[in-house]
Amino acid sequence: MTPSAAPIQPTAGRRFAAWLHARPRVQLRLLLAGPWVWMVLVYLGSLAILLLNAFWEKDAFSGQVIPFTWTLDAFETIFTVDVYRTIAIRTISVAVLVTLTDIALGFPIAYYMARVASPRRRRLLVVAVLMPLWASYLVKIYAWRAILQGNGLVDSILAPLGVEGPGLTEVAGSWLVLSYLWLPYMILPIYAGLERIPNSLLEASSDLGARSWRTFRRVVLPLALPAVVAGSIFTFSLSLGDYITPALVSNTKFIGNVIYDNSTLGSLPIAAAYSLLPIVIMVVYLLIARRFGAFASL
Amino acid sequence: MTESPLVRVALRVFSGGVLVFLYLPLVVLAVYAFNPSRTLAWPPTGFTLNWFTQAAANPRIIEAFWNSILAGVGATAVALILGTLAALAVQRFEFFGKETISFIVILPIALPGVVTGVALSTTFQTVGIDFGLATIIIGHATFCVVIAYNNVIARLRRLPRSPEEASADLGADSFTTFRRITLPGMRTALLSGALLAFALSFDEVIVTNFTAGPGTETIPLWILGAIQRPNELPVVNVVALVLILLSVLPVYLAQRISEEAGGIAR
Repeated sequence: MTPSAAPIQPTAGRRFAAWLHARPRVQLRLLLAGPWVWMVLVYLGSLAILLLNAFWEKDAFSGQVIPFTWTLDAFETIFTVDVYRTIAIRTISVAVLVTLTDIALGFPIAYYMARVASPRRRRLLVVAVLMPLWASYLVKIYAWRAILQGNGLVDSILAPLGVEGPGLTEVAGSWLVLSYLWLPYMILPIYAGLERIPNSLLEASSDLGARSWRTFRRVVLPLALPAVVAGSIFTFSLSLGDYITPALVSNTKFIGNVIYDNSTLGSLPIAAAYSLLPIVIMVVYLLIARRFGAFASL
Repeated sequence: MTESPLVRVALRVFSGGVLVFLYLPLVVLAVYAFNPSRTLAWPPTGFTLNWFTQAAANPRIIEAFWNSILAGVGATAVALILGTLAALAVQRFEFFGKETISFIVILPIALPGVVTGVALSTTFQTVGIDFGLATIIIGHATFCVVIAYNNVIARLRRLPRSPEEASADLGADSFTTFRRITLPGMRTALLSGALLAFALSFDEVIVTNFTAGPGTETIPLWILGAIQRPNELPVVNVVALVLILLSVLPVYLAQRISEEAGGIAR
């Protein structure tokens, strides 16, 4: 027999563990301290500072914000100058359009992957959809720039037909490229959602006399809805905030461009005030999405 | 549900079309990387490996590459720690504001990056923090927390509590139980979370553009600058191709991890 049967001396770590064990509140506070400081203090605190800047005056000469000098000038500008409304409507419309495009393109392929393809082909398809997701965001925009620009691929295909390509000016370029960029973000949640639907439900539906289309409409669609909403969070929000795609594949401005341009060269209060628009839209969107159970499908 | 043969064929053709759409730009770029011409006119004019040697010898690209890796590793580490702590708290305790945590961690990724970027950059300026690698890491970690959190909490929900109880009954203190039982149970969730967080950070440009300051360049920032310099377009093509090829790596690793996780969970 080995002499390991001697009583274990409680080390400092063990004593601390025992002390903690009796105090669940202290455990909880220790667990939450880091995440709380980071997310609430650093992140929400930053948003709060940005919000304050929307109400602060800007020095007419230096362009610097003077803290704690209150004014509603930035909001007045945003609400009275037409350009800001035009850009907001344009951005939201494109974001909605991109989301609908991605649902239209993504749902059928996700359905095929989840319910029609053989298991082997399904695995291959998941990898095939994942690959472009991981390929760099900028690389993909850049590739479209190359395809769309004058004398690019689109032009060389259209030239024999006597048609000129859209080039890099139309807002359609942003719609096309944003739809392309976020498509995998739509396909994958829908695929996961459809895959989770148990076959027994579909069999029950057909046993009760429902034809395929009816089963699809009454059983599959409602069950897939949270996943579609989850996907739409990404496609909508990413389109709403993007300023690089509109700048690189079209010559139109989006909400993101206004915020970016004003934060670097223009007026920080305007950038801050304008930021409120996507913040409010996304918070409302998230609250609705959460009611649909979309958070569980993320 | 049995789809009619016609529906099946239609779905197959449609899916094929979507795949062509997804891959067309990547293929076009790959072709351009070997194009001797400096412009992006189609069709390419020949074949050359010249731009590859130029890219490999460019010190700015190499430095940007290292910065991207450092930022990714830093952000991933912070995100894993914060996300895991928050997930443990939510999974194991009842407290006021518990429901709000999933909402707060998702905000930085659900709110447009440009807002997160302006907010952080304004705050850094107000507080007087110098821009650089550290500020990039703070920005990236903030939107990566949700990934670690989601991965870990999904795993914790599925992990049975009995091994932990057995460990405690056998006399292990809570740290030992965490290290020997809970942590190994979360291993694959942490790995896939880390992979995702790193890839997200490596690729991020919108928040980075705001938090990098003038001195520090990451690969996406370099590309963003180089796209606007006609002279460097051929080298951009090469870097783009390398990044596309590198993206095979996370996909492969993620598949391996999910296979391993499937083996443990079921």
